[in-house]
Amino acid sequence: MILRALLQIGVLLLLPPLLLGVVNRVKAIAAGRKGPPLLQLYFDLAKLLRKGAVYSRTTTWVFRAGPAVGLAAIATAGTMLPVAGQPAIVSFSGDFVLFAYLLALARFATALAALDTGSSFEGMGAAREVSFASMAEPTLFLVLVVMARATGSLSLSGMLGPALAPAWRAAAPALLLSAIALFVVALAENSRIPVDDPNTHLELTMIHEVMILDHSGPDLAFILYGASLKFFLFGALLVRLVADVGATGFWSAEGAFVLELLAFSVLVGVVESFMARLRLTRVPQMLVGASILSVFALVLLLR
Amino acid sequence: MTALLALLAAVVATASGLPGLLFRRRPTLAQRLSAGALCLAAAIGFGAALPVLAGSPPSVLHHAWGQPFASLSIRLDPLSAIFLVPILAIPALGAVYGLAYWPQAQLGARAIRLQLWYGVVAGSMALVCLADNALLFLFAWEVMALGGFFLVRSDGDRTDAQKASWVYLVAAHVGTFAIFAFFAAVGSARGSFDFAAWAGLRSTGAAAGWLALLALVGFGLKAGLVPLHFWLPGAHAAAPSHVSAVMSGVLLKTGVYGLFRTAGFFEAPPASWGIVLMALGAASGVLGVALALAQHDLKRLLAYHSVENIGIITMGLGLALLGRARGAPGLVLLGFAGAALHVVNHALFKSLLFLGAGSVQHATGTRNLEKLGGLARAMPWTAGLFLVGAAAISGLPPLNGFVSEWFVALGALRALELPLLDRASFAVLVAPVLALVGALAAACFVKVQGTVFLGNPRSADAARAHESPRAMLLPMALLAAACVGIGLLPSLVVGPLSRGAAAWSGMPLAELRPDALGALDSAAWIARVALLLLALVGAVLLWRRRQRTAPDPVSETWGCGYAYPTARMAYTGSSFAQILTSGFRWVLFPRVRFAPPRGFFPSSSRFSTEPREAVLDLALLPAVRDYISATSRVRHLIAGRLHVQALLVLATLIAMLAWRLLWW
Repeated sequence: MILRALLQIGVLLLLPPLLLGVVNRVKAIAAGRKGPPLLQLYFDLAKLLRKGAVYSRTTTWVFRAGPAVGLAAIATAGTMLPVAGQPAIVSFSGDFVLFAYLLALARFATALAALDTGSSFEGMGAAREVSFASMAEPTLFLVLVVMARATGSLSLSGMLGPALAPAWRAAAPALLLSAIALFVVALAENSRIPVDDPNTHLELTMIHEVMILDHSGPDLAFILYGASLKFFLFGALLVRLVADVGATGFWSAEGAFVLELLAFSVLVGVVESFMARLRLTRVPQMLVGASILSVFALVLLLR
Repeated sequence: MTALLALLAAVVATASGLPGLLFRRRPTLAQRLSAGALCLAAAIGFGAALPVLAGSPPSVLHHAWGQPFASLSIRLDPLSAIFLVPILAIPALGAVYGLAYWPQAQLGARAIRLQLWYGVVAGSMALVCLADNALLFLFAWEVMALGGFFLVRSDGDRTDAQKASWVYLVAAHVGTFAIFAFFAAVGSARGSFDFAAWAGLRSTGAAAGWLALLALVGFGLKAGLVPLHFWLPGAHAAAPSHVSAVMSGVLLKTGVYGLFRTAGFFEAPPASWGIVLMALGAASGVLGVALALAQHDLKRLLAYHSVENIGIITMGLGLALLGRARGAPGLVLLGFAGAALHVVNHALFKSLLFLGAGSVQHATGTRNLEKLGGLARAMPWTAGLFLVGAAAISGLPPLNGFVSEWFVALGALRALELPLLDRASFAVLVAPVLALVGALAAACFVKVQGTVFLGNPRSADAARAHESPRAMLLPMALLAAACVGIGLLPSLVVGPLSRGAAAWSGMPLAELRPDALGALDSAAWIARVALLLLALVGAVLLWRRRQRTAPDPVSETWGCGYAYPTARMAYTGSSFAQILTSGFRWVLFPRVRFAPPRGFFPSSSRFSTEPREAVLDLALLPAVRDYISATSRVRHLIAGRLHVQALLVLATLIAMLAWRLLWW
């Protein structure tokens, strides 16, 4: 039992950087490049953690606390996510609200740290991040409401647990619509193409990357690791929703879960390879479109 | 017994301004006595409210009063007690803040006047929550409204304060008129003006609908529900900051109290009442925060956030009413608990934020967001305490705002348990609306905290800022501690809230108990997660500290290669909110002044936007102006001509006589 819990925590803490490696490898292959090693993010993190950091004269303690609060909030949210058929470490009625608000706390801390530098670029990034997030947040809640209705449970472990398979038989269209909406939210929340390009080189057009321009050394490592953790959380939410293979054994369920997550990363990589980034003014339309999809899903269940 | 104590607290609070008048020669002592009296009143009030919240039966006090229909009836039940706690605590803390912020030693008569009315308002607010007779309620309500008028005018020579106070007075009296009509109708139907005789009003039929509408207008106007919020931002921004804290933090809540109390009179209401309240709450929540995002004035921005938070409270109340309509204890408990706890929470963090805004104004002389910046360096304590309030109002864990929003969101989800095909299950949409409001509020407070306290100073005034004296920091620290305390120990509040829900809804406590236990279990989990979060933050920061061997090098902010960044290049509050405000253009109606650069060598260009209060500036004031100009055309026909006036009187009499004879 304890061993299993430890393994779950291990997957939660160790796997995320690999997922981003897979995304980058897929993009490289699609572009005909060789690409960086799959484990590149682990190397980067190890190197950054050993380095010192440079701080701007303008910054205060808010700038230094931002990355730590962001990482801690995302990791805490991770304890509420069921991994591979097991109930999560933390599970109670209404835990999904806490899950969403912890992610909001991480965003709040990162955006404040960005404004602490007094740089206009980082102000732009923070403004875009909080604006687009407030358009994505209702969609996330609507998707969770649909899942709660379909499974009759008010905790993430219950929504993504054994009740999900019968729910798919009873309400497949609604769940499918909400899964699509959730995928759009996942792309937006994790600053992926078509909302944001993690590899862009022009500060004026960035969202997430420009917010963290001034962070360096271990602080940057916290942020990069936190971002990969968030990617993992949304990926896990999505693959548990759409691809619950119903494997019963612990090891087979765990293995299937990891494979599904890798497949999710490949999918994100494919989307990134074959789509252009949207103009910033188009992003709200996409996010509102996703929330309309999820409202349709709710109407299908409640009519 | 507890009712007597509560009444004593109200009396002490009302009289708290007298020392200022009596000891004019020793202003500092007088003001301390006055603040001490308010603290004493709060302590007495706590002594009265806490036993009731802990489960002792409601306490009643009944005395005859010479006025017709009136009686001196006081009743302290859990609902009154929940409101009484912030209503007495916030003015006390505000008075301590006022020692340094509005010192009698320097301001003399202005401070004496303020303290007198401040005490009167605090005492009458307490009496509003205690009154068990309609006329006593109206008396306290009117005193409170008038006291508020004089408080807004504390800075009497400023024209914006004068204008705002008149708008406030008119709005307050329209509201009083609606409440008066409501009370008169119910009282004459029931033959008594004691609230005790009003229980179980019929809630079906057109008459009940009109009654409920009157109460909704009257109390909604005080609470500031959209579109009845028009008087609120001006009044709250014009008052001195500790008065704004009281007005925004607790004075609005008397309107909410009225809605709660009135809803309690009726027997199980139709579902449509709950739906109407939820719709109004959702509109107030979203539009309130949208209007707040567009503001440049720190205190106006905070005032609009009160509209938003009243919206959240109203959504919770709507859920609870829906629960009573459908006999669903889960909805009643969670909706009521969320609304009532948010009443307390909003009082805490909104007062904290207004006091912080007062400190900013005290230190820099301006409330304009575009002129502030970088204050965290000069005033670190204020900045840190303001940050606690900003995170709490955004509903972020591990603070109190999250707990009450969690109750409301979970209550909305319980609407899914209503029978299949029940239209009312669309009440679940409250949850995504809440998420939208929360995310927008977080965006707005990133803007506020960032433009006021972080970055570089945007003006010379901001650069000269200084930390506030201890008397101003202490109340803020207590409020912040309360925000953190409720956030970390939400289990403590579940018991009192469920007792309040039982007393208000008339459902037996046993029926609510399963849901209360469920909420208790979740609250315990929330507390554990909050502690885990704090432990993780601490662990990461500690590791970072241990890992650092030498002091970190310091440099300029990265400016893409540009080495001399200035504050003029920093992102302003308006630019920060631009994406969202342009999405809400349809309600903001901003006044845009734009002189674009012209020619090959443009000399000057300017761009400015000014948000307008749509209801007041674009609808009500033009309508009043048109009415005056329309009537002025007829006025000269009547004015000064006695025979025309007499003819009109006669014609009216004949018309009424004819109506009485022919149709009645």
